[in-house]
Amino acid sequence: MTTSLVDAESVLAIEIGSIHTRALLFDVVDGQYRFIGAGRAPTTIHAPFFDISEGIHLAISHLQEITSRVLLEESRLILPGKADGSGVDQVVLTYTAGQPLRVVVMGLLEDVSVESARRLAASAHTIITEAIGLNDRRPPEAQIDALLRARPDLIILSGGTDQGASRSIAKNVDLLTFALQIIPREKRPEVIYAGNHALVTPVKDVLSTYTQVHVAPNLRPEIDVENLSPAQDILADAEFHIRSRQIGGLQSYRSILAVEPLSAPFAFARMIRFLSRINNPGKGVIGVDLGAGNLIIASAFQGNSAVSVLPMGTGPGMAQALRTIPISEIIRWLPIHIPESVVEDYLWHKTLHPTLLPVTTETAAIEQAAIRQVLWNGLNQHRTRYPNTPLLAEPILAAGMPLTQWSPQTSLMLLVDGLQPFGITTFVQDAHGLTAALGIISTNNAILPVQVIESNAFVNLGTVIVPLSNARYGTSILKVKVEYEAGNQISLEVRQGSVTALPIQTGQTARVHLQPLRPITIDPIGKDTTRSFKVIGGVCGVIVDARGRPLSLPTDAARRRDMLKKWAAGFGA
Amino acid sequence: MIAPVTHILPLAHIRRARMLPGKGRILARVGQEVNAAYVVAEADLPGSHILVDVRRILGLKRAEQAHRLIERKVGERVEKGDILAQTGGLLPKVIRAPADSTIVAIQRGQILLEKPGEHFELKAGLNGVVSEVLSERGVVVETHGALIQGVWGNGQINGGLLQFAVSQPDEEIHRGNLDMSLRGSIVVGGFIHKADALDAAEELPLRGLVLGSISAALISAAQKCSVPIMVTEGFGQIPMNRAAFRLLKTHEKRETSINTSWNPEFGERPEIVVSLPSQGQTPMDVVEFTVGQTVRILSAPHSGEIGTLVAIRPGRVTLPGGLRVQVAEIRLENNQQISLPLTNLDVLE
Repeated sequence: MTTSLVDAESVLAIEIGSIHTRALLFDVVDGQYRFIGAGRAPTTIHAPFFDISEGIHLAISHLQEITSRVLLEESRLILPGKADGSGVDQVVLTYTAGQPLRVVVMGLLEDVSVESARRLAASAHTIITEAIGLNDRRPPEAQIDALLRARPDLIILSGGTDQGASRSIAKNVDLLTFALQIIPREKRPEVIYAGNHALVTPVKDVLSTYTQVHVAPNLRPEIDVENLSPAQDILADAEFHIRSRQIGGLQSYRSILAVEPLSAPFAFARMIRFLSRINNPGKGVIGVDLGAGNLIIASAFQGNSAVSVLPMGTGPGMAQALRTIPISEIIRWLPIHIPESVVEDYLWHKTLHPTLLPVTTETAAIEQAAIRQVLWNGLNQHRTRYPNTPLLAEPILAAGMPLTQWSPQTSLMLLVDGLQPFGITTFVQDAHGLTAALGIISTNNAILPVQVIESNAFVNLGTVIVPLSNARYGTSILKVKVEYEAGNQISLEVRQGSVTALPIQTGQTARVHLQPLRPITIDPIGKDTTRSFKVIGGVCGVIVDARGRPLSLPTDAARRRDMLKKWAAGFGA
Repeated sequence: MIAPVTHILPLAHIRRARMLPGKGRILARVGQEVNAAYVVAEADLPGSHILVDVRRILGLKRAEQAHRLIERKVGERVEKGDILAQTGGLLPKVIRAPADSTIVAIQRGQILLEKPGEHFELKAGLNGVVSEVLSERGVVVETHGALIQGVWGNGQINGGLLQFAVSQPDEEIHRGNLDMSLRGSIVVGGFIHKADALDAAEELPLRGLVLGSISAALISAAQKCSVPIMVTEGFGQIPMNRAAFRLLKTHEKRETSINTSWNPEFGERPEIVVSLPSQGQTPMDVVEFTVGQTVRILSAPHSGEIGTLVAIRPGRVTLPGGLRVQVAEIRLENNQQISLPLTNLDVLE
């Protein structure tokens, strides 16, 4: 494996998604890294191929067609690139494909080490199939049976502060060794030990007789200190190790990659963390990536990040979303009347045909309604899991086809309705799905992501200003003056409950002055002195969202639909 | 672009590996003719466990002491009451097996026993001939005949005469059109959207239901239904595609197998097989979209309709709503020509 990307010129990033495999090309143009193009093909992880290679090959072929750049020679990738410009210098790979890893979490106290183990598991594409803690009243044999029934790919064993509890951990280790002995060797789960550091050697000695053991720093070195980040790196390694056995062809690419392959959620979170380091230090960064199978939410504040991978998506992931979200919560977002049974049928139908695109007004409305609710539920779950998630974000970055496939106005509307931001936030769209690729590239090359972000590869959808007020619906709460660079200016009034687009063109710089007509709050946690600031217009201009938080939709269906249509018009959707 | 393929074939060579969930016993032999419900292999699945803490029961300080007193080894079968461990002396303390079981582990002075589990029977899944035995794991069954694949199934297997409860692929199956004449048959219909149809199917009973679609509200009931249910299009009130309906119609009253196992990850799809005496070709699982193919439309308002792919437009086209997609032109059976995203189609081969 080569060691550094810094001197590389062209980078090919391969992304193995659950539906599509993509090949993204970055190269130096006029001395700056730029995104050149993306090729796409169906992922071939499942039947009849059971190997990712065919999908990768087709995606690169597609990229070759689009960019007219020769990348393949006799069906082989040209690596490194040649003087004639063919080939690429470096390759990186991220993946989300495959069923979620089945994880059993074991710890001591339910709301301490077991909860930390849960949070660690939730930062990857996993499903927690069993949890065993000290307060578990089941007899040991029932716990063993539960562990076996859970059919784990991975066990996260936590518990005990450093130099703290040891006997209870030994009990869990005993339980685990019994279970491991019963499971056929080829089906045994791997183990991450992330508990009392003093027990690393004995725990590893006992368990490694039966399976691969990964040691991570204690998730709870002290009872009130949680330390997930180092363990997330270990989890990423363990995940790749397990996926290499599950995903045909994954292991074989390792030898040509510049850095270790990384699951897309980790790579995505790495990029969000990277952005939080280079952005407004007073605000966090939030990233959402909605796919067919999962919703990834990553948040970061001053270099500390948290990531959730939620089993909710617009394809197979819709099945899980529908099990947890009442259908009425989705229907409330429909701007037209569609019977409940039709909504339910369509969303379940999409679990069978995840590539299906909505081509009628009705199906588009259903899909957009579901996306809003999935985002809302997802962000709330993320905030519950990580209470320190920043309330104010700059920017909020959105990726994934279900979020980026629409017109920019519709995309922004879905994001604002679903995420309901506070304060002043810029929404940035990753229309080409570059974030995870940039995240993995940032491992060894900090220049490429920065230069690509500074180029036009990401779309500034617009800045959203959220004045909060207790005024009655329809009351004028704010006067907004927009002062353009040319010196001209316009003023308009914002009414409570409205969505108003300020006429600021894409890329146009203007100064916005807010003059409250009623008591309003812009920054719910800070000093709230923001009354005049500079903005750069996004594709959708600048939006003032005066609908309050959380959004309250009228209970009367007809009024609600009218309201949704008005709001959509406010966004220009 | 690689296209998703659904097989609706009048004659094909069908080869299916049928595998146990673990090791087991093979009951069929190579060359044996089997029907869909024939049990070709069986296995005893692992049962629940009992942990006997010898060290604690005997009040010993160290695990090694317990190990010296344990009289059994890992892998031994014991019957209820058999001695597992005992102290010596005139009045020995004895620990007996609490149930018929197998010793699966001994560690730290504890014995882990496994009780016999459920008996698992593996059905052939289609009418055919066993062509291969995979030692302790399963068999391969082969046949030649008509093949109709579905998109969803409830995991059941059976065989029977193919009959129709409807005359058109868009007609609903309800309690009223499931009469006694259909008892023991695999019944074809357009869609089901009332639970009473599933109740009637179980009461008769039917040996299978082949539907265009089923209401999403009935998914849970369908999963619990003992009658195999195969859906060809999806969820809702979508008519069965005419290619499947016509092919099934040509085999009305023929002996048919229905296997509604469904696992997209492993490429397992529900299917109807009508064995025929002629020799067919192995179906193509991988095709690219090409002009002239018969395609099926997966999305409203043309769900379940079939047509001919007449053109694939280069580049991407912006649809109302802003979606930018690659678009195909399809000529429907009624000669109407429509444009749709390529991703909303699958190829019928």
